[in-house]
Amino acid sequence: MSSAPAIQTMPPDNPLSGALAPQPQLPLAPPGETPFKIDVQDLNVYFRANHAIRHVTLGVKPQTVLAVIGPSGCGKSTFIRALNRMHDLVPGARVEGKVFVDGKDLYARGVDPVLIRRRVGMVFQRPNPFPTMSIYENVAAGLTLNGIGGNHAEIVEHCLRQAALWDEVKDRLRHAGTSLSGGQQQRLCIARALAVEPEVLLMDEPASALDPIATAKIEELIHELKEKYTIVIVTHSMQQAARVSDNTAFFYLGELIEMGPTAQIFTNPRERRTEDYVTGKFG
Amino acid sequence: MNLHSSFTYRKVVDRSMAVVCAICFALAFIPLLSVLWLVVSKGAAGLSWSLFTEVPKPVGEEGGGIGNALVGTLYMVGLASLIGLPLGIGAGVYLAEKGDGAIGSGVRFMAEVLSGVPSIVIGIVAYALVVIPMGHFSAVAGAVALAIIMIPTLARATEELVRLVPAALREASLALGVPNWKTSLRVILRTALAGIVTACLLSVARAAGETAPLLFTSLNNQYWNLNPAQPTASLTVQIYNYAVSPYDDWHAKAWTAALVLLIVVGLLNIASRVLTRSRLKGAR
Repeated sequence: MSSAPAIQTMPPDNPLSGALAPQPQLPLAPPGETPFKIDVQDLNVYFRANHAIRHVTLGVKPQTVLAVIGPSGCGKSTFIRALNRMHDLVPGARVEGKVFVDGKDLYARGVDPVLIRRRVGMVFQRPNPFPTMSIYENVAAGLTLNGIGGNHAEIVEHCLRQAALWDEVKDRLRHAGTSLSGGQQQRLCIARALAVEPEVLLMDEPASALDPIATAKIEELIHELKEKYTIVIVTHSMQQAARVSDNTAFFYLGELIEMGPTAQIFTNPRERRTEDYVTGKFG
Repeated sequence: MNLHSSFTYRKVVDRSMAVVCAICFALAFIPLLSVLWLVVSKGAAGLSWSLFTEVPKPVGEEGGGIGNALVGTLYMVGLASLIGLPLGIGAGVYLAEKGDGAIGSGVRFMAEVLSGVPSIVIGIVAYALVVIPMGHFSAVAGAVALAIIMIPTLARATEELVRLVPAALREASLALGVPNWKTSLRVILRTALAGIVTACLLSVARAAGETAPLLFTSLNNQYWNLNPAQPTASLTVQIYNYAVSPYDDWHAKAWTAALVLLIVVGLLNIASRVLTRSRLKGAR
């Protein structure tokens, strides 16, 4: 990469700092209970009769990267989508258990999923820029769609720099977001997610549709973003998990089989099934 | 079959299919072209400025125009759009977003039935609903009839267009903390907008070309009228009246009026192309 930008702090006049700040009325768990940014307790997800996620309990410390690995259909995506209540949209989906972010339970009564999603950003498997918007408008979309007007040029530049895309697009910000290549589109989507200043970034196989060079850029980016954000990344590539994550969780058939420091999961797993998976005996 | 003969066979099939398709296209295009040619060749001679500025003159008198009929058509189609476009688009968005239940399939079924109803029947319905209670023919009755024709097809078209918007865009918007209703309005509907504008203009064009429902509702008027409670002239009814008359100069006027109607509909189609062109560079 030509210029790997250092993580900068948001410009002080960012309109978001007031408008989208965490809402005080969220129910608070007893303070000082866990060192975790994300604390999942006995999470279960059902799609009608199908019990897709079974009794998952895990924690993610702030400013760390958790990789979620496992064979296809093991519930990786289902798990990560439960962390910002994306299952609310799916007819027949039901979530039980608790997911605390900063000690606040996302699934407590009266919690507005819209406010959660402003703090827990998400990058999807396939790049999905808004086709009717320019590159600039795509990055600013989280602000403009939430009714925050004004000039977002500074935030747009800042987020595009954070996503390591600025140098490639700075001369064509008015072009369609969909005119970019696949890898650029994915970084655009990351910039878009960063613009609403989330604290947690969920990434659902963000590099699975990308070529190796674009993948390397995204991985480099994850290293940089880690200094500021707590990241949960789903990946089907064990090499990628090994490269980007501090901790790794192995899912199989909807259950969390094992979670630990990434090095340990890949070199000295406790569970037989984990070992079989990471050594390529199945998957 | 060896490789070479199968290759030749494949090429022959490919060529012959292309020829068959070209013939089908020509067969479909010839009547279209002949209609266009007939209308232009018979109607162009009557085009003049006074055609658009004057009202019809009695038979035997020279001159006279169809200005009131052109304005009447635009006026009634405009009124019908005010009623029909919001209802049609709204129903379509509802069907696409919440239409998976019993109410949705009921509405969808009714829309399909309604879009198959002959337009003359809809004219009778508007007659019973509006003309009889009002006691006389009126522009608003014509507009109601045209709106009823527009709504079902527009609703179904909107539904299909909204459903075509990838679910990934909805998820992307919601993941940014955008509320559901705003996502529907500013992402989903916005993305489908180009198609919806086209669907609107096509339904407007169709309404502009309807005769039967206006015969019972707006009837006709020899003079300028913009009062919604009064009978109003329209191009289509004017064409019909001129065409069934026994006078040659009225026949000529019918051709010219038909040409004007074709131009109006053509302009609407061009407008839809221009309006829906992407303003973004590099957009696909």
